[in-house]
Amino acid sequence: MAQAPLLDMQDIDISFGGVAALKRARLTVTAGEVHALIGQNGAGKSTLIKILTGAYRKSAGTIRFDGREADFRTPKEAREAGISTIYQEINLVPFRSVAENIFLGREPRRFGLIDWKTVQRRADELLESFGLKIDVKKPVREYSTAIQQMVALARAVSSDAKMVIMDESTSSLDEREVELLFSVVRRLRDDGRAVIFVSHRLDELYALCDRVTVMRDGQTVAESAMQDMDKLRLVTTMLGRTLAAVVHEDSAVKEANLAKRGGLALSAQGLSAGAKVADVSLDVHAGEAVGLAGLLGSGRTETMRLLFGADRPEKGTLSMNGETVAWKSPKDAIAHGVAYLTEDRKAEGIVPELSVRDNLTLVCLPALTKRGIVDVARQKEIVDGFIESLGIKLRSADQPIRELSGGNQQKVLLARWLATHPRLLLLDEPTRGIDVGAKADVAKIVRELRDSGLAVLLSASELEELTAVADRAVVIRDGQTVAQLDGAQMNEASIMDAIAHGAGERSTLAEAVEEAKHDR
Amino acid sequence: MIDDTQRAAQIVQAPARKKRGVAIQREIVVLVAMIVFNLLFTPHFVSLQTFNVNLTQVVTIVIVGIGMTLVVATGGIDLSVGASMAIAGAVAPMLFMNIAGPPGIALAFTLPIVAAALCGVFNGLLVTRLRVQPIVATLVLFIAGRGIAQVVTDGSLQAFSNPAFQWIALGKVAGVPFQILLMLALVAVFTWIVRKTLFGKYLLVTGGNEDAAYLSGIPTVRVKMIAYTVCAALAGLAGLISISVNSSSDANVIGLGVELDAIAAVAVGGTALTGGKAYITGTLIGALIIQLLRYTLLAHGIPDAAALVLKAAIIIVAVYVQRKRG
Repeated sequence: MAQAPLLDMQDIDISFGGVAALKRARLTVTAGEVHALIGQNGAGKSTLIKILTGAYRKSAGTIRFDGREADFRTPKEAREAGISTIYQEINLVPFRSVAENIFLGREPRRFGLIDWKTVQRRADELLESFGLKIDVKKPVREYSTAIQQMVALARAVSSDAKMVIMDESTSSLDEREVELLFSVVRRLRDDGRAVIFVSHRLDELYALCDRVTVMRDGQTVAESAMQDMDKLRLVTTMLGRTLAAVVHEDSAVKEANLAKRGGLALSAQGLSAGAKVADVSLDVHAGEAVGLAGLLGSGRTETMRLLFGADRPEKGTLSMNGETVAWKSPKDAIAHGVAYLTEDRKAEGIVPELSVRDNLTLVCLPALTKRGIVDVARQKEIVDGFIESLGIKLRSADQPIRELSGGNQQKVLLARWLATHPRLLLLDEPTRGIDVGAKADVAKIVRELRDSGLAVLLSASELEELTAVADRAVVIRDGQTVAQLDGAQMNEASIMDAIAHGAGERSTLAEAVEEAKHDR
Repeated sequence: MIDDTQRAAQIVQAPARKKRGVAIQREIVVLVAMIVFNLLFTPHFVSLQTFNVNLTQVVTIVIVGIGMTLVVATGGIDLSVGASMAIAGAVAPMLFMNIAGPPGIALAFTLPIVAAALCGVFNGLLVTRLRVQPIVATLVLFIAGRGIAQVVTDGSLQAFSNPAFQWIALGKVAGVPFQILLMLALVAVFTWIVRKTLFGKYLLVTGGNEDAAYLSGIPTVRVKMIAYTVCAALAGLAGLISISVNSSSDANVIGLGVELDAIAAVAVGGTALTGGKAYITGTLIGALIIQLLRYTLLAHGIPDAAALVLKAAIIIVAVYVQRKRG
């Protein structure tokens, strides 16, 4: 090795409650590279990062950072040494301005006071160099997740961090925003900084990263240059098994599925509400899976909330099985057999301290209750049934749901709705932030549900996932339905065309896709 | 593969499991330690009188604490419980002193509790309909409630002797004060409600994740209304016990500072002040710990004022331990 690595972690061990979580794990990162750290949920990558950033203490092994022995006792020490971390859940101060967040704790001062003019000017310059023109005086919470990520990154850049760790930073971004984020990451790399990039999206890894470390079961199982490891080998190394190629239903199958579908389950005409939903029309039939496609911020989640009665439409009509309906609250929609799996599992899905059992039966609980008392035996029966049929991995149905991995939590939430015997399933980003294996499981479950006659409407940022499951796509842009693509006409390219159509964005998007393909 | 995933899951879960096992018993360990200390160092500790004195002093705190546990479980807090006690305690003597015989007694047990419950409805409306933060919403009656009680009684002390009414506090069943039995019965009933009923589950869900609860079709508004109303009604009941013990009703004094005792009992008992948990038996144990601490200090000649400081210290420790646990 010509150059001494910036970070060298060797033989790292740690155990929780006598069980080893990391066994001689390694991670070596050189300055000026983007390094992918991948593995399934529970493989130990988060634990390794937490040891590096001082959140956990290792029980054995050595860490060298920037030429020195390093054993950070607190995240603060790691930060001061030049390691900056951007987590999945962004840790910004939501009510303070963008500029304040960027310079928090190290504001430029003048005569002992904070020099707000300089703070704002430098924040402006920094974000502009990212290609972002926003009002830095506005509170962070008023901006989208993507912009918040940029702000977090700007904070890292301005603090002269030698190493930036990005943990699932792109999981809530759309393609354009991802591309923007990548250009910033590449700039960091070209400045000679190191970036550790954790992501479940394989395409992104190939588009961005120079080297890769793969972890499985608390061990480092592969270290390689990104280009030397093809996608199939990466996935098989990560899973520790040969993965049958993801089954893509071809257009003939989709056509066949559409031919089999039943009557109209849900029909929305000209829905509008607030700034996000302007004019959405869509139909979902029994026995078909419809994909709701669109960029982040195009109004997908807002549309789903209208269909579920979580928000009320200002205009437009909604009908269910031919009968016009006007939900006052989710309760009404649930009574009509609508189920809604939310995009934000943590904030709107799980009740973290409650047991898996109670979480799973949350919605169907009234049906299990006689004179106010919960029938525990029937509850147990239902829960055990779903744990088995969906393959939910847990220690006990009595353990708090927060202890489960993301994928298993998602299955519990799916079961929560299936237990109500719904007729229409609204799935908002059902595979967000869960590992590859669980993603395949969820896709399989959705197909089975469709085949059993359920009407399914699902959204996904990753078009590949959308096309893998849906038979038909409804494309929305800026809160308006811009296209409905059936069976044979539906593929990633046609959806992207529809998203870009007329907005003058076609070239940028096409370029982004071409570039991604090229890098791969 | 499945084995691996399960093992990985266990790795993550092992420490949490261990910690929780200890957590449930921690309060009991503290209580037992305090009893052992007193057995060794406090003269005359083992007597029926000591037992009864300690328990009767804790009754009102526990009864108010039960309601407080429900409110805290929804993610709220009720500062107005002392005022609700005062209102109930002020109204009751006016009824049984002016209306003779059993009808007077019956009304004296029902109307004051209804009046207190209305305070809870008011709190609940502020919290759910106007979306005022619970600590601010209940501050309204914390200040105004006692004022209302004073206006009702013209600010005067009402002394009385009415064995029929006061039986709730002074009566005994097989040598055990009735109020202790009432307290234990309430603890049992509410423990059961939290654990076994639909309302109990909804209570924990509302406090545990309100957005998820709403999107699951759970009537969060109704759940909160019930929690605040029941809390105030229980405070009303505690008010009746309090005036019965004292044979007098003074709107200035009834339930003064009880909100802090109740919140302390809830916190020491392991119910997270952030909501989503409700340990009714924990609240009982928490109240006993605080009471026993006060008794121990008094028995060893340390003044009540100093005990207040220690009580504050205990709350801080309890909340700190909870944070570590979370």
